[in-house]
Amino acid sequence: MIALVTAAQVAFWALAPLMVLCAIGMVVSRKPVHSAVFLAGMMVMLAVQYAALDAPFLFVVQIIVYTGAIMMLFLFVMMLVGVDSSDSVVETIKGHRLASVLAVLGFAGLLLFGIGNAIKGPAAGLEQANAAGGGNVPSVAELIFVRYVFVFEATSALLITAAVGAMVLAHGEQVFPKIGQKLTAARKMRAYAETGQHIGPRPNSGVFARHNAIHVPALLPDGSVAESSLSQTLSSRGAYIDAGELRAPTDAAFAEISKVTDNAGELE
Amino acid sequence: MNPNYYLVLSAILFCIGVLGFLLRRNAIVAFMSIEMMLNASNLAMVNFAHVHGGLDGQIAAFFVMIVAAAEVVVGLAIIVTIYKTRRSASVDDANLLKF
Amino acid sequence: MAASGLFSLAWLMIAIPLVVAGFLLVAGRLTDAWGHLLATLAVIASFLIGLVLFIDLLGRDASQRSVSNSLYELFSVGRWKFDVALQIDQLSILFVLLITGVGSLIHVYSIGYMAHDERRRRFFAYLNLFIAAMLTLVLADNYLLLFFGWEGVGLASYLLIGFWQHRNSAAVAAKKAFVVNRVGDLGMTMGIFALLAQLGTVNFTQVNERAAGLSPFWATLIGFLFLLGACGKSAQVPLQSWLLDAMEGPTPVSALIHAATMVTAGVYLVVRSHALYAQTEAASLAVAIVGTVTLLVGAWIGTSKDDIKKVLAGSTMSQIGYMMLAAGLGPIGAAFAIFHLITHGFFKANMFLGAGSVMHGMDDDVDMRHYGALAKAMPITFITFAMGYLAIIGFPFTSGFYSKDHIIEAAFEKNTVLGVLALLGAGVTAYYMTRLMMMTYFSQKRWRQGVHPHESPLVMTIPLMVLAVFSVIGGALMLGWITGWLAPATGGEEEHLSLVHFSGIGLLTMAVVAVGVVIGWWLHRRDVPDTAPATRNPLVIAGRRDLYGDALNEALLMRPGQHLVAGLDSFDRGVVDGAVMGSAGVFGGLSSAVRRLQNGFVRSYGLTMVVGVVLVGVVLILGQLA
Repeated sequence: MIALVTAAQVAFWALAPLMVLCAIGMVVSRKPVHSAVFLAGMMVMLAVQYAALDAPFLFVVQIIVYTGAIMMLFLFVMMLVGVDSSDSVVETIKGHRLASVLAVLGFAGLLLFGIGNAIKGPAAGLEQANAAGGGNVPSVAELIFVRYVFVFEATSALLITAAVGAMVLAHGEQVFPKIGQKLTAARKMRAYAETGQHIGPRPNSGVFARHNAIHVPALLPDGSVAESSLSQTLSSRGAYIDAGELRAPTDAAFAEISKVTDNAGELE
Repeated sequence: MNPNYYLVLSAILFCIGVLGFLLRRNAIVAFMSIEMMLNASNLAMVNFAHVHGGLDGQIAAFFVMIVAAAEVVVGLAIIVTIYKTRRSASVDDANLLKF
Repeated sequence: MAASGLFSLAWLMIAIPLVVAGFLLVAGRLTDAWGHLLATLAVIASFLIGLVLFIDLLGRDASQRSVSNSLYELFSVGRWKFDVALQIDQLSILFVLLITGVGSLIHVYSIGYMAHDERRRRFFAYLNLFIAAMLTLVLADNYLLLFFGWEGVGLASYLLIGFWQHRNSAAVAAKKAFVVNRVGDLGMTMGIFALLAQLGTVNFTQVNERAAGLSPFWATLIGFLFLLGACGKSAQVPLQSWLLDAMEGPTPVSALIHAATMVTAGVYLVVRSHALYAQTEAASLAVAIVGTVTLLVGAWIGTSKDDIKKVLAGSTMSQIGYMMLAAGLGPIGAAFAIFHLITHGFFKANMFLGAGSVMHGMDDDVDMRHYGALAKAMPITFITFAMGYLAIIGFPFTSGFYSKDHIIEAAFEKNTVLGVLALLGAGVTAYYMTRLMMMTYFSQKRWRQGVHPHESPLVMTIPLMVLAVFSVIGGALMLGWITGWLAPATGGEEEHLSLVHFSGIGLLTMAVVAVGVVIGWWLHRRDVPDTAPATRNPLVIAGRRDLYGDALNEALLMRPGQHLVAGLDSFDRGVVDGAVMGSAGVFGGLSSAVRRLQNGFVRSYGLTMVVGVVLVGVVLILGQLA
């Protein structure tokens, strides 16, 4: 007779190798986003293991809290600090990689030797415990809100503290001195005294031209381009309109006007 | 099914987490490794709950999740702050505490 | 007997100058304008108290004249009690009168002498400090309190010798005096320890009572230790070298401290300890020998110096040598020692102040070869100085005549060799004092350019006149009663001394003195070279070099000391420091090696943690398996 294969066994043997692969993928992928995706996958599979271990409540919580909340938080932060910042492969600390691998192998050996065979006999199963409260969730709820109620309250305090702490930490601290009106004026005066830089505001884009869009350079009275009206970002992208192109219609219009006055003079 | 298998899986995941923490310089990935270690231990606890027929192991895993959530919130805030001042998310660059 | 009435206020004599000294030093420039007057008044107040007490004592019966006045208990250790207590008796009251009397005159004199010194107030504060310390020394009723005063006068002496500390020579001289005195103090302290160990007390009265019970060895040892202390303080051979350098101090200081009072503290100590010295022939003889040697050495130095203050300093050494000789002769000599001490206080202070007056007129020049024919330019100074001169050479009926001749006679009674040497010393004294007189006041003018000798102001000459009068008549005044007065305090007997006193030895002394005077006059009657002539006479060279006292000290003490200290220093550096620094270096090196572990990389710390966990786990598992 073929040995009975339970759903739990299927879930384990199908997902455990995948979980290990996901974990290894998380460690070795160079882009943090990939790591996050691998980790999220591992966590979902872990949730399945929970379900197989008679823990439907944790199954849901694992998916909602870990993959839903915590991983999203990771992704948000990754967005803040730069998604595309990938690690270099070169190890900077001499001998660290080898030593780490050796130490972890030792640790793994120790763990497997210590607890890998810790449980004797078959599992007792949770049917009885779950049934006592009328299902897994009510039973867990009873434990949380009766026996572990103080711990639960303490964790609520912890969560509030963490939220406040995160707000305080992430709240923009003034790292550089705030540049106010006074400081700006002083800097401008100093620049004027030292390099003769113009004190007034920079020229707007598009002055003297037909367009005043941001990609139109300002022209000085002599017709040349005012460099200080250019945005570095835009000019590095080559988004600026050529000044001569702008000048041409103006010059043409001016020529037309002067022709009219000349004619007027002739008429008189 | 032999419940020891879950323990072995838990140990392997934990060790991979340790390795990730030791090898990765990106603070966020290092943090993910820590999360993975927590998850691995959670698996062990849920497994023990199953083996012993009591729900306390699940409760412990539940609290671990809460604490992990709080820890992640603060830890990521710290990473953001460090990044704002030093323009780097590498754990090697935050090395003021040395000889 | 216990103190009552006025005697219970005797501590005021010490307290007044002490408080004034402290006040002047603390109050600072506020008191610049009148501080010197306050200081002078303080000493005069002490003098008046002393005088009243003296008169009170005079009216008492001889057995009632020793008054002890216990102020408070300093500390007590087991059986030993140390009181701060004053003893006013025949001996100390004479000292009080000398110190405060001469001290008052010198204070008055200093008002004129230091008029142009911008630190005059400080000078007077130090002088008052000295008076307070010296009175503590002589009024103490035990050796410990005496030692307090002993150190106090040492301090005041140090401060005053180095008063012009901007001059290197003064600073060095002050340091030298201090260091040499420390050597003497070693003897003092060890003597006091020995007394305490053997007799269990340091109180004078009790020591005197119990001295007979001392074993000869300890009596001799303590005698020698106290002699060492006395040598240091009184500039006796072999600790004489500091006194000549001490002349770097202002002249009133030389007069008060280094002629009249402080340097006689050694004589006071020996006389105070007469009961101890009565127990030991060897120590007494040593005192007499030290005195004799010093009186010759001092006289010798006096003959060859051109610096007027150094001649007088040599003379002081010599005269204190006489006192020590007398003190070593036993009870009767002790009375003469005090007698000579007091007359010497008068005439030597007189001559020092006269020398100061001369220097004052000669723009602070001390070289006698730049003087000459000052008798006309400074008549008052000359006449008063001449009184002192007559007294010191022992001219008949002056004070020195009575006091010194009796010492020489007593020396002959005791030991002919000592007597002959003392007699010789008298002749040499006559010679060098005549030389000083001739070079300073007679012969031709050798003044430097721009020097216009003039008589000093009255504030300086009046003390001179008072001291001159006492130089002449002091001896005759005290002659009648001094031995009887002092007998209870010195353990001697009363001797009846007559005013007109010409024994065979006395006549012989006068003849020797006359020879000395004639030689001195003959050699210096005409030209005195402007600079000291080069000479090959080894005696003169030795004299000019202070009989090689400094060279001897350097060769015998300083050089070996330096070598010892250098050796200890290199031992300290090499071995002690080497061990300490070496072990420190080992740990420092280890630390900086271990420090490298703190490389700032969180991942390395994490690795360390993992390795630690593995190790702990392995240990636990192995422990389980074992």
